This record gives sequence, C-alpha cells and structure tokens, in this order.
Amino acid sequence: MAECHPVGFQWVMEAKARGATVIHVDPRYTRTSAVADLHVPLRAGTDIAFLGGIINYVIEHERYFRDYVIAYTNGPTLISEEFKDTEDLDGVFSGLDAEQRKYDFHSWEYQTGTVQAASGHREMEAEKAARHQERHRAEAAKSKTAHGESHGSGGAAVPGNADRDESMQDPRCVFQVLKRHFSRYTPEVVEQICGVPKELFLTVCETLSDNSGRDRTSAFCYAVGWTQHSVGVQYIRTAAILQLLLGNIGRPGGGILALRGHASIQGSTDIPTLFNLLPGYLPMPHAGVDVDLDTYVAGEETEKGFWGEMRSYMVSLLKAWWGDTATPENDFCYDYLPRISGSHSTYETVMAQLDGTCKGYFVVGENPAVGSANAKMQRLAMAKLDWLVVRDFSLIESATWWKDGPEIETGELETKDIATEVFFFPAAAHTEKNGSFTNTQRMLQWHHAAIEPPQHARSDLWFYYHLGRLIKAKLAGSSEAMDRPVQDLTWHYPTEGSIAEPSAEAVLAEINGYDADGTPLSSYEQLREDGSTACGCWIYTGCYRDGVNQAARRKPWREQSWVAPEWGWAWPANRRIIYNRASADPDGKPWSERKAYIWWDDDQARWIGHDVPDFDVHKSPWYRPPVGATAAEALSGVDPFVMQADGKAWLFAPTGLQDGPLPAHYEPQDSPFANLLYGQQRNPVRVVFSNRHNRLHPSPSEQGSSVFPYVLTTYRLTEHHTAGGMSRWQPYLAELQPEMFCEVHPELAKERELEHLGWATIVTARGVIEARVLVTERMAPITVQGRRIHQIGLPYHWGPNGYSRGDAANELAAIVLDPNVHIQEVKAFTGDIRPGRRPRGPASVALVEEYQRRAGITRSTGTEVRGGR
Amino acid sequence: MTKLPKWPVLEQLIGPDRLGRGKSVKSEHSEHLHARVSDADRVVKSVCPYCAVGCGQNVFVKDEKVVHIEGDPDSPVSRGRLCPKGSASLQLTTGEARRYEVLYRRPHASDFEVLDLDRAMDMVAERVIKTRRETWQWEQEGKRMRRTLGIASLGGATLDNEENYLMKKLYTAIGAIQIENQARI
Amino acid sequence: MAVEVKSLLLEKDTPAHASGYRDHPPRMGFFTDTSVCIGCKACEVACKEWNQVPEDGLSFTGMSYDNTGGLGADTWRHVAFIEQRRRGVHQISDNQAEQDSGSLRWLMASDVCKHCTHAACLDVCPTGALLRTEFGTVIVQEDICNGCGYCIPACPYGVIDQRQNDGRAWKCTLCYDRISVGVEPACAKACPTDSIQFGELSELHRRADQRLGQLHRAGVSDARLYGRDERDGVGGDGAFFLLLDEPEIYGLPPDPVVTTRDLPEMWLRVGVAALGIASFIATSFIGRRHD
Repeated sequence: MAECHPVGFQWVMEAKARGATVIHVDPRYTRTSAVADLHVPLRAGTDIAFLGGIINYVIEHERYFRDYVIAYTNGPTLISEEFKDTEDLDGVFSGLDAEQRKYDFHSWEYQTGTVQAASGHREMEAEKAARHQERHRAEAAKSKTAHGESHGSGGAAVPGNADRDESMQDPRCVFQVLKRHFSRYTPEVVEQICGVPKELFLTVCETLSDNSGRDRTSAFCYAVGWTQHSVGVQYIRTAAILQLLLGNIGRPGGGILALRGHASIQGSTDIPTLFNLLPGYLPMPHAGVDVDLDTYVAGEETEKGFWGEMRSYMVSLLKAWWGDTATPENDFCYDYLPRISGSHSTYETVMAQLDGTCKGYFVVGENPAVGSANAKMQRLAMAKLDWLVVRDFSLIESATWWKDGPEIETGELETKDIATEVFFFPAAAHTEKNGSFTNTQRMLQWHHAAIEPPQHARSDLWFYYHLGRLIKAKLAGSSEAMDRPVQDLTWHYPTEGSIAEPSAEAVLAEINGYDADGTPLSSYEQLREDGSTACGCWIYTGCYRDGVNQAARRKPWREQSWVAPEWGWAWPANRRIIYNRASADPDGKPWSERKAYIWWDDDQARWIGHDVPDFDVHKSPWYRPPVGATAAEALSGVDPFVMQADGKAWLFAPTGLQDGPLPAHYEPQDSPFANLLYGQQRNPVRVVFSNRHNRLHPSPSEQGSSVFPYVLTTYRLTEHHTAGGMSRWQPYLAELQPEMFCEVHPELAKERELEHLGWATIVTARGVIEARVLVTERMAPITVQGRRIHQIGLPYHWGPNGYSRGDAANELAAIVLDPNVHIQEVKAFTGDIRPGRRPRGPASVALVEEYQRRAGITRSTGTEVRGGR
Repeated sequence: MTKLPKWPVLEQLIGPDRLGRGKSVKSEHSEHLHARVSDADRVVKSVCPYCAVGCGQNVFVKDEKVVHIEGDPDSPVSRGRLCPKGSASLQLTTGEARRYEVLYRRPHASDFEVLDLDRAMDMVAERVIKTRRETWQWEQEGKRMRRTLGIASLGGATLDNEENYLMKKLYTAIGAIQIENQARI
Repeated sequence: MAVEVKSLLLEKDTPAHASGYRDHPPRMGFFTDTSVCIGCKACEVACKEWNQVPEDGLSFTGMSYDNTGGLGADTWRHVAFIEQRRRGVHQISDNQAEQDSGSLRWLMASDVCKHCTHAACLDVCPTGALLRTEFGTVIVQEDICNGCGYCIPACPYGVIDQRQNDGRAWKCTLCYDRISVGVEPACAKACPTDSIQFGELSELHRRADQRLGQLHRAGVSDARLYGRDERDGVGGDGAFFLLLDEPEIYGLPPDPVVTTRDLPEMWLRVGVAALGIASFIATSFIGRRHD
C-alpha cells in the first residue's frame, strides 16, 4: 500500500501512531513491509491457504464474533442436502461438468420449504419456486460471461425463505459446512503450502483476533494484484468470510478495502466500459435467455432487497438512452440492446481479433501492448485489425508496435505486410476537462477544467460526443432496422467554448436521472418502472440532487465531521460505509461506544449516526416483514446487507460464483508445487486458451516442470504508473526508476551467476525478456515442503517506447483467467532466469521454442480440468 | 537606503550586516522572488489523475497556462499531500512528451503522417459504420443478437465517469459489445 | 572587528539577526523524521516541479531503490535507501523464514541541505551570492553566483554543487519564494506521511524531542537526532533529522564541522569586502546570468 498508494497510506501511518498493529503479507519485502509491525512473506499464489488457515483458527479457537455471525450472516442458513464439498470430492464441489469446464450451481442452494408456508400462501410459494427454477436455468446459461459481476452492488438471486438454525449446530448449516471445509487448513498445512512458519502464522491469527470484536475492528487492504490470479475472486471471498466471522464488515475501521490503481477504475466499473454490464451493475442481456424485458427482469431481480426494484432501474436506463421512443408498448426499446453470448472480455476479444472476427479497435488511455498479459498476443492481434484508434498523451507502444514493436525486430511481423490503419488522437489532460472520477471508496469527485486543451488534444467526452454526432448524422437517412437504435439515441448535450466541448455536467445530470418534468432525482427509490423517470446509472442517483453537482462539493475537512460527508459524493446515497446497519447490534445499539457509527434512536424512531444509514431510516430493529412482502419491504430490521437477496452477508455463496460456494486453495496455473490439500491441482473451471503463443507450463509432477524452476511475480513501483503511459515519459519519474529490472535474492544470484547491475534473461513458454539485475535480500526464498524456492520480482511498467525503457514483464505471462471476472493470472507463475542479455532477432523466438521443447510442452499441457497434480 | 540604488557593498559597509551574508547582499532577484502559488490568476480545484485514492489537487493558472499543481489541503482524502506521481502532474500535463496533433498510418505504410482533426473524426465515423455493416449479426444459432463483433474498445479507467457513460451509450447503440477497460486487467 | 565577528557568531539562535535582519521572522527549518519515511520520493519530485530543477539523467545505480545517488545541483531532496540485516526488529522466531526476511530492515531517509547555523558555504562565498535569509535559511542567489565554486568544498555535508552547462552553484532554498508568502516548502507539502515537517525551528525541536522519547520508550534505542545539537560543529542545523542508525549508514558525516572554523574568523571575507570594492562590483555584475 505504501508502494502503490502512498497518500492513502498516511492513514495507516496515522493509525499506527495511535497504536494500531500493521501486518503486511506479501511475497516481497516492500516499502510497506519497511514500516509494518510485522512482515509475513509467503509463496506467491497461496493466499487462500493462508487466509483459510486463519478462518480455521478463528473457528477452532472460538474467536469469531458469534452475535454478529448469527444475526447478520448466512451462518445459520441450511444448505441443500445435495451439496458436496471439496472434503467429499477431493478438491472440487458438487456440480462440476468437466466436459463443459463449468459448474452447475443447483446443489449449492439454500434449503427451502421445510418451514411450511402458511395456508393460502402455498400457491404463491409454489409459484416462487417455479420462478426460482427459471432464474436458475438463466444463471446457468450465463456462466462463463462474468455474470457474477452484475452483483457488483449486491448479491445474486436466492430464495428469501431459506431454513435457518439459529444455534448453528445443524451439520448442514453454513457455519458447520464452513467449519468442516476449512478444518484441514491447519497451521502446519499453512506452513507447508505458504512457507509461513507456524509461530509467525499464529502471531497473525492472534493479533487479528485480538483486534476484532465489539470494541475493536480490523481492516484488510489489498491492491488489485490480489485479483490477478486464476482464483482471484476467491481470494477476496476468503478475506470476506474471515472479516464476517470477525464482525469487521459495515463497521468503522473494518472492511475489505480494494486499493485500485486508476483514477476512475471504480467509476468505469459502476458506469461500465465492460462487456457484461450496463450502468449500475445491470447485466447485459444474454442471447436466447433475456429475450424481452420481462424475462430479463425475471431472470435477475431478487425477491428481497433493493434488487427487487430492478425493473425500475432498467426502464429508467432505457428511457435515458432512447427517450420518447422508449414506451411501454415497445418494451422501452429493450430490443435495441445488443446481446452477449458468452465471454467477450478483453482477452476473448484478442482471440476474436486474431481470427479476424473483430476488425476495428479503440484503445483509450490503455496500453495493452505492455500492460495486458501475453503482450505479444496483444500486438499480433492488433496486426490483424482493419483499423485501430489510439487515444493517449504520447506515442505509447500500443500506437507504434507496427513499426517498432518487438515482433518487427524478431521478424515475426513486417511493417509493410501490416494492413492496419492506425489513428492516433492526442488526449486532453485532467486539467483541461470537466468531469468526475469515482475513487476507490466509491466517492465521486469533480475536477474542473483549468484551461482548454491545446491544439488538437481533446477530451474523450469530446471525442465520443462528436463521433456519435457524426455517426448519427451519417445514418440519419437510413431505413435499415439496424440503424434505429442509433437514430433514436438521445444525444442532446449542450456544447461550450471554441472547441464545442460537450457539457460534462449535462452528462452527469443524465446519469443522475430526472423525472417526467426534467427535475433531477435525489434517490434511486424515486425510480419508476412506468417510464416516468429516466436515469443513466441508478446507483449514482443523488449525485446531481437538486440540480447541484454534488461531486463538486469541497467543504474543507477541518470544517466538518470526521466522516466528511460534504466532500464529493459517494454512491449509494452518499454513504461512506456501506452496510453500516451492521455497526449496531440487532437491537439497534452500537456494538460498543468506541465503535458507534449508526444506531436506532427510539425517541425519533429512526436510525441516526455519523453517516447516511444504509437502511430504511424508519425501519425499526424489530420490524419483521409480513408474509408475501417483496423487495426492500421483505427485509427485516436485522437484515443489514440490503442488496443481498436474503439481507444477510454470505459466508457461503449459494449462487453467483463460477468456481465454488466456498474458496478452496488451488495452485496457480504455473506452479512448482503440487497441491498439498487436494488431488485437484488447479482451479478446475479456470479459463485457458490453447494458442501457440500462449503455452502453459507442465504440472509439478511432470518432468518438464523443472525447466521453469522459479516463481515469477509482477508488480508496480511507487515511481511509475501501470503500463507506463503516464510515467515513463515524465523525466522526473523516469529518473527515479530508469529502466526495467528484476529483483533476485543473493542465493539465486549465486545459483544462476547473476551479477548485481548486470543483465538477466528471463524465459517462459510465452516469451523472453531481459532486465537489469538488482540483487536484494528483500526477495526472500521460501521454504516449502522441504524445498527452498526462489521468487523473482518483475515490475511491469516498461516497454520499448518512452524516455525510460525496457522489456515488458507481460511478455512472460500467459492468458489464464479467473472464471468469475476473467482477470489474468500475473501475480504468480513460473519461469527460468539466466545471466546476460536476451538474444536478438529470430534467435529470441528460437530460445522460447527451445524451452518449450525441453519442457515437453504441447497444446494440451496444463489445460486439464480434473486432477493435474 | 531605499532611495539609494541597491548597491550591496555600500549596504554592507553601513548596515548591520557587516559580514555581507544577509540583508546587505540580497540581490534584485531575491528581493523580487515571487511564488507561483500566490500570483496565479486563478486556482482550479481538481483531482489527481493517477491512482484511485483520489487526492485533491489545486491547479494554478497564469495567462491561460497551468503553471503549477499541488495538493489541495482541504481534501479529507489527502490533506494536501501527493505522491511522486501526483507531484509530477505538471510535467504530465504540460511536459514535452505530450502530442498535440492527430497522426495517421495508412495500411502498409512505414510511418505516421499528420492528419487534420475533423478529417480524422470523419474517417473514424466512416470506418465504424462500414465495419458495423460488414459484421452485423441479427441472429446466431437462431438466437437474436442485434450486434456487431467487429468493433471493440479497451479503456475507461483513466477517464471520467461522464466519458465512460457516453462511450457505453454510443457503443451499445451501435451494437458493439466487446467494450472493456483496465478493471478487468 | 574580530571581536564583533565573534560576538555575532555566538548569537546562535538568530543567524538572521547576525546577518543584519532586525524584526525578522522566527528561524524556520525542516525536521525529517526518517522513522515514518516510506521512501516514495514525493519530496524529490515536488522539489523539482516547484523549483524547476532539471532532470539529471537515467542511471540505474543498484543502490537499492535509490537511483538518484545523492544531493547535487540538480537534486535538492534525495531519498536514501539502506537495506540491512539486523537482529531485534521483527523478532518473532528463530526459524528459517525469520532469518530470511524478518530481521531485514529497510531504512529510508530524505536528505536535504542542512541550512547550518554556521554555514561554511556562506562564509567562503566571495560574491555575496550565498545569502542568509530573514528566516535563517541559506540560499544561493542565482543572479549573483559567478560559478567560482569556493562553496563546493566548503560544505561539510557535500550538499552544494555546481550545475553542468551552467557553472553556478545550486541547492535547496527551503523554498524561499514559498515561505516568503507563507506557504510551506514543496517537499514538506507533498510528503504523504509527514516525514518531512516544516516549521519554526524551536517548535520542530520540541516535536523531535518528543518523538525521540516516544521511540526510546518503545524500545527503538538506536533512534537519535542528527543536526539537533546547537553545540555541534556547525552550531546545529536548520534542517535536522531523526535517524534510526549511525549517520554514516545514511551517508551523513558523523561529526560535521564548519570548514571555516579554523580560518581567522571571517577576516578573509571581510577583507574582500573592505579592500576590493571595485573588484566586488565587477564580480557581482559579471556573475549575473545573461544566457
């Protein structure tokens, strides 16, 4: 965190000065470790084993926050008898379809119906059950489409009437299933998998437990490297389970805080430039399933919780986009939406470019030729395009690969053979445009234009507004049905200044939403399904409340409460801590004075406190829903997790995840070790691509695996920014970390005759790079299962362009993806290292091929579903 | 003294700074130092463009040029502080590395050529329409698609919410679905 | 004259007063608490951005994460990185992993011009380019400096330096322009963890003493203040430090002494002023930058 988010880290340092204990778990000794109370190095790619070990400790030693767990989690909820755990099936869950490489989730569901519905309601229950079955089929059809992401602001659909055992003794209740599942994650196993000594591990367990409960809370902070694994989502899930057991969610000083790396990466998830989502985590319609608005809503909405109002959100979005054309008679133009039919993620798109399906490509403030896994495939794919548009400040690698990329040097590509047209548009800087960024804590902050962009530099708002205007003008006279969505699209934004910059505030007002009179809305609760409201992103409703740009609020922090609610605007409803109902006990009293945040005030008969309550403010702690209630009405006074279908936090995820209702430790795709816990080596439903440029390494038991004996991990440095487009061209930053280097331990340097300050060549089955050598004891070898294993550190900022240059670490990484969110595994893989510079020209390709031969790699290596140890 | 020309040696000889290390040797330049923070025409409130912490920035403008960027002390997020990247924002936004012209590479060409902005916009619009026509799918395997797999986009995490919104809205209307950004990387 | 010089030098608390300022503001300085430094180098960049200090080349030094190397004409803040293997810091256990990593220590410290109470650079400057400001800080006046270079060897810390292709001497000004209008220096302003603190020197002394006591009570016995002692060889520094190890570890001289101490006080300097009026005028005008 000190490395990548130094200014955010000031709060950690302040907490430390006030007595907090800072524990840093990381394979590397970083700037964070340097000031932490405890640094816990572990083998890259073993975090589930580590966190699972803590879960086991917390349960075994009864250190969990029992009152919280019973009241606010699904710990007491009973699971279907059909469910079989990894304990039963040697590392996989019930429902695995090896052929299809996916799970059927049916057996993971809650048990329902033991409690009979009251007379007269049985019919309704039967109807509900039928609807649920339908939803289940829809969900199954959408597996492999990163569908789980549509739960980004809440949970997936489950029946709201599941059976519970409040004593949490029933062997089929979630808590008991969880206990059994993690029982083999003992300190000894943690030591053997992660290389974390038992004593050190127990210190972490004790410290964390001691600092959680009624009076204290602990927070987990992670940078998004945690997501870059073939089990990335389950990493976060394991942390979530642990934090829920400890009662650290929805409370001040608690939480799991994702420290994201780009100014509006949260915003670009909420208002998604993502294939599978529409604004506000509404899923993109799926071909053949979501055939009309009714089936779409039926397949997604939940019976309880705020997702129960999904139709209102969707209709309002359609009204925002197609205005008067969107009417109840035409399903509000629902049919104008394109359908997805599987994963169309950036990596599948690369494959579609390679096979010629995808012909045109916009690259906007990104640098895939350096920053995406398997950089070579990114470039080879771009070389197949008809046209490429790159918008950036400088000539990044993604704009110039056709004349000076690595493949030109190796002879794999020749400039004159590349037919791709390339447009480079200079981008405007943040100082030259109005707009909002949503930071990592969901807070929108407006930045005001200081000056107009010089010459032909333009904002992306300008680019897309005018591109849309031009396309609409060109298609205005068309009678083709395919052009109707473009012709009918609302695109009326006022422009200002000499360059006709569209008004960002007008766009924000549309995002916020307005009623039939055009009056800005103030809450998503005002959204209607009859078409009387329009709203571009329902979770952002309120950001333009009263026609005032709430994101631009800047009341100095010294002049307001410590929560600082009058600075910017946080979704939803300007809440700074979501699920904050959990900061009070079931009776609505703070768990402790020290940790008071939101509480029920009897006199006022409402929730009050330091933040906007994440709860119906008038719903008392003793409210219980009447039979037959739906949506928000159906949530009781003790259901803090209002976006979840059952109002409870999920220790066990009965639906919504592609690779299991509980996390299980699997080894990374490329790993030098067999999975000690199960016969199952890798995540069975990980996404792999068989391509000759994307070869995978042999399993540890296979002979060829020793060809790649070291663990490689990629990361960022304080002095640079991701793929370098905003740092390698800046001399003041470039001089601080002037070129690509690798970090190796002195023992490894000796073993491989690597000279400090000399050059090293690093090879995988995907590619070869060179890097200057930094020998440092900070890259500690790890002792696992009696073997001492070296890890090699690779910052990934560099590429061949810019002021500060070097080879890109992503040349080495394979495209292997987490099945839930399709994020690549680049934080833990394997490779070889040797002294000296890499070969030039065709010899560098030959070297990689030689390694593939030596390791016996074929197209099927490492692609198995079951087993693989 | 103020009426006399500023003459360091004279001031040194007759003033209290007989050693000539302080007041008496203060130069014209030192006497008239000005801080860019205090003589800017305006200060514009902004947010750091690098990571997602969202540190507040004050942007100082003089003569319609950004002359300095530093942390906004009012921000509850950052309290005026910036990391090295945030501190390099002036170089990022005004440095020599930035390009200000549209460049175009023809098929098979060995280099870029400069292209007029309006012409370039028109060319891109034409290509979007053409590719969309060529790759349009009404149906596939009997299922309604109403889309094109011919056009993809990558990027958004470094952009504003409003920009992402227009991108998603326009792409969806033209039927493009392979719309992605750094959030998946 | 000699007597007067001596008495002025003994006015430890007010170097500004000794330099002819009456009713001057309190002495201002930096307290750099390296125990909370995270080595982010924001200070280096913020300094360069504000002062428009040239970038000085790409050089991968291999000295841990320090690719700056040291203070110089084009580096007025420099973060040193020291990797140490050491007992007693993270003592959790005696096992292998602990030996591999737990006992590792990574010191980071942001160095800067010390703005000495007795500043040798100032003493030896023949042109009046070096100036004691009313804040008690020491700056180079870029319109006066003629690049003679006398100040370079005089500095006991090796801070001041001549810029290539320019010849003039450059160093930290403690952001004289900023503090003159009441805003803190760029490095202190940017510092994410308040490792660099700017303020009245007396207040910084108080804070530093308090922090040292806190660390000692917490068992960090090696913590010490550097440049805090007004009786040291430079009369104490206007920019002083809290270190976690010996000064040499950080590349700082353990016992800096004002290099002009053994000269017959300030005779040379005063002599130049008294005798060489004509030449002084000449040099001070030649020294102005015309390029």
